[in-house]
Amino acid sequence: MSAISFPEPALAAQAEEHAQPRARRWYRQPALASGAILLALIVAAAIAAPLLTPYNPIKQNLGASLLGPSAHHLLGTDQTGRDTFARLLYGLRTDLRIAFIAVLLPFCIGTILGSIAGYFGGWVDAVLMRLVDIVVAFPFYVLIIALVFVLGPGQRSIYIAITLVGWVSYARIIRGEILVAKRQDYVLAARSGGLSAVRIIGRHLLPNVITQAIIYAMSDIVQDILAIVTLGYFGLGVPAPTPDLGSMINDGQNFLTTHWQLTTFPGLAVVVVGLSLSLIGDGLADLIRPGQS
Amino acid sequence: MSEPASRRRAENTAAGGVKGPMLDVRDLHVQIASRHGTVRAVDGVSLEVAGGEALGLVGESGSGKSMTLRTILGVLPPEAKVTAGQILLDGVDLVPLSRSDLNRIRGPKISMIFQEPMSALNPVMRVGYQIAEGPRVHMGYGKAKAAQRALELMQRVGIPDPERRFRAYPHEFSGGMRQRVMIAIALSCDPEIILCDEPTTALDVTIQDQILRLLAKLCAESGVSLLFVTHDLPIVAQLCQRVAVMYGGQLVETGDVREVLLDPRHPYTLGLVRSAPDVEYVRESLVPIPGSPPSLVSPPSGCRFHPRCAFAEEDCRVLPTPLRVLPGGRSTACLHYERAAEAAAADRVGP
Amino acid sequence: MAFVVRRLLMLVPVAIGVTIVVFFMIHLIPGDPARTILGIHATPKRIAILHRQWGLNRPLVSQYWLFMDRLLHGNLGQSLYYGVPAAGLIISRLPPTLWLIVYAAVIAVAVSVPLAMIAATRKDAVRDHVVRAVPLLGLGMPPFWVGILLVYALAIKVHAFPVSGYGKGFAGHLHAMFLPALTVAIALAPVVIRSLRASMLNVLGAEYITTARSKGVPGPRLFLRHVLRNAVIPAVTVLGINIGYLIGGTVIIESIFAIPGIGQLMINSIFQRDFPVVQGVTLVFGVLVVLVNLLADLSYAALDPRVRFDR
Repeated sequence: MSAISFPEPALAAQAEEHAQPRARRWYRQPALASGAILLALIVAAAIAAPLLTPYNPIKQNLGASLLGPSAHHLLGTDQTGRDTFARLLYGLRTDLRIAFIAVLLPFCIGTILGSIAGYFGGWVDAVLMRLVDIVVAFPFYVLIIALVFVLGPGQRSIYIAITLVGWVSYARIIRGEILVAKRQDYVLAARSGGLSAVRIIGRHLLPNVITQAIIYAMSDIVQDILAIVTLGYFGLGVPAPTPDLGSMINDGQNFLTTHWQLTTFPGLAVVVVGLSLSLIGDGLADLIRPGQS
Repeated sequence: MSEPASRRRAENTAAGGVKGPMLDVRDLHVQIASRHGTVRAVDGVSLEVAGGEALGLVGESGSGKSMTLRTILGVLPPEAKVTAGQILLDGVDLVPLSRSDLNRIRGPKISMIFQEPMSALNPVMRVGYQIAEGPRVHMGYGKAKAAQRALELMQRVGIPDPERRFRAYPHEFSGGMRQRVMIAIALSCDPEIILCDEPTTALDVTIQDQILRLLAKLCAESGVSLLFVTHDLPIVAQLCQRVAVMYGGQLVETGDVREVLLDPRHPYTLGLVRSAPDVEYVRESLVPIPGSPPSLVSPPSGCRFHPRCAFAEEDCRVLPTPLRVLPGGRSTACLHYERAAEAAAADRVGP
Repeated sequence: MAFVVRRLLMLVPVAIGVTIVVFFMIHLIPGDPARTILGIHATPKRIAILHRQWGLNRPLVSQYWLFMDRLLHGNLGQSLYYGVPAAGLIISRLPPTLWLIVYAAVIAVAVSVPLAMIAATRKDAVRDHVVRAVPLLGLGMPPFWVGILLVYALAIKVHAFPVSGYGKGFAGHLHAMFLPALTVAIALAPVVIRSLRASMLNVLGAEYITTARSKGVPGPRLFLRHVLRNAVIPAVTVLGINIGYLIGGTVIIESIFAIPGIGQLMINSIFQRDFPVVQGVTLVFGVLVVLVNLLADLSYAALDPRVRFDR
């Protein structure tokens, strides 16, 4: 082969790109930006619920039951006279809060276990993967219903069930990423420099691979919200009278033909939240690896 | 050898090897829309390949040589477009052809061999079927007949134990064997010309040699033409009769291969020759060409090579540099080609 | 073949783990499980019977042996509510659930493949963005909500499909199960579309597609034998994982559509405190998921010859 030493033109183009490294700022990505804005709006609305509606979502007012939408009641009232819009906002509050908290523990546990399995490999990895297979064998809804049967309905059961089942995905993702990343040169350099495994994982590997877990967390929150709402529908979730989107759907079911908004809007709220989170997840993925989402 | 091939060979020999150009590319312009602007990947390239002849197309990465090849076959990425020019294959212009018309000539008239045989073969399809696919689609062969043809081809390209290998998958072959499979595929419908996109670059040197010999043999036997793209000069010297040198999307020199390489008429060709290890005479040192390849979005004015040229003059910066025909079947784009010729002569006299 | 055997062997620890977990469910119950299970029906006699049945006075390990022994003889205990063997009960309720799963998978795939193809062949065009919007919206839709709305629209307002039930005969099943299967498919399709589209894009950009094009392979053949054939490989795994996820979701759908499958059996048994049945159904679910994943793995190997030989 000839010894021509021309750098590839691709490199020249790359040099140009690095000259403006932040051209791909997060707010320039339409998916990420719109998702983030949408989510911010929703969260703001949920937090500011008392400001946005004068009605108490819990207090019943049987005299005003099953009113249609009007200037007084934006979405009408339900069968016990509670304002639907108010219940929607407060229900969002409840469900969002639980979902955002519920995702934290599986994230942490899964990430830690996944890094250990991925980094050390060998029997540690084999045992963990078998454990993953066993947990995965139990469908989430089956497990949580069984748990609720045993522990009683309520937030505690939800957190426990979600944690027991949810850590698995994070463990898989992190493990996969670390398996690849640990072969990189910078890891070899760290190891030959005598750094401890904890330090290598914590300071060098994790910061690079954690983004995949964060992206997954977005869709995981959506799944958690769906689970919470589903449980609420069956009366196994947040206990009444705390407003919850799932129980709203259940309540409204009987009046589907006449007051369809009672059932439809809580579901739509969930869809919109899901949309915003999915947009954020997609946007993040695009940011990390352009053109691959 | 099949009937059309032997007929072709007879024609070529009878006419003294020249039957009028088999492939005639005229003033081809290809542009790619990119984030940085319009890339003029192929900027006014004209070349001819006669029947039974092997033309080498050399240049560095990004010179537009692969792009030219893919344009001829019509397998450009969607961002790339032919903005001007004609590609005449046996008198028929390929540029305006529809997808289905193009599909009909791909295989029977023209085919291509790619650089990376591992990624160029379908990983989930048995090798024999991939070779047999062309005849089934284009020549109307049934399954058995096509398989028979595939086995013959495998034998021709030197794959041992073809019956067993027929049912194997690409990942079970070595690099050299995979490239032979690619050649078999390219030959499967008896094309008149095979486009080769650096088929030996990814191979070991010893395997490289085998493949080149195989290609030369097949060429001689069946009279098929080759358009062989590479950045490696010694390969061109070994395999081709004529060579065309590309730089920055344009042709800078063409001619008989031995003449061009021993007696270059363009500073870039001279630079290439000087920086290539050569068996014929030993140099004291390899001399790389200084500078970096030109941007194809905003190329240098005048002669595109002038920023890196040791012999550049004022007019090189300003005047356009189309290919000019020189006596003896050669052409060059250099305004002051005598300088390069003198320097080359000085090289030859030296140590 | 060695591959299949290897895969099956890897299942053994998982299967054992599943039985251990199911076995342990009983001990998660605070207090005396027998008393809690029986609830208001608890009498000393009944409690004693359960204690004997489950060997609750013996050490844990021997309890487990007892459990496994009976399990391997096909004995899942006696339904407290129906008074018949749990195993038989569960098996009789299995077909509707299987129908639901398979039907839903078929619909999901039938919808996803064309959509993914439409999107991938013109990346970033309008039609690509439209298809990409489907998962964005679909992933956020609670399946039970979708089910309710579908029933309202297609069974109540327009009497195109029955509101509930399993139907009689093959055609009857096809008709009655359409809405529930569609609901599950709507939950399944977004993920499949995404993964298929991504893998199609990958394949479309691959060198071997250029080779095939350079051979002059015409469009439909190119797509089927080259693009799709390669693109389904990663999608099969994704489908398998998600079917596993949705096997649990059938619990929800069966309740809404009153389908007499094991999902509904599960929920009813929970409310009826019929613990042996709950335990039995959980075990069956576990086995189903493991089987589906095995099937996905085997399909993957069947489709991708590279996997079979590496190792």
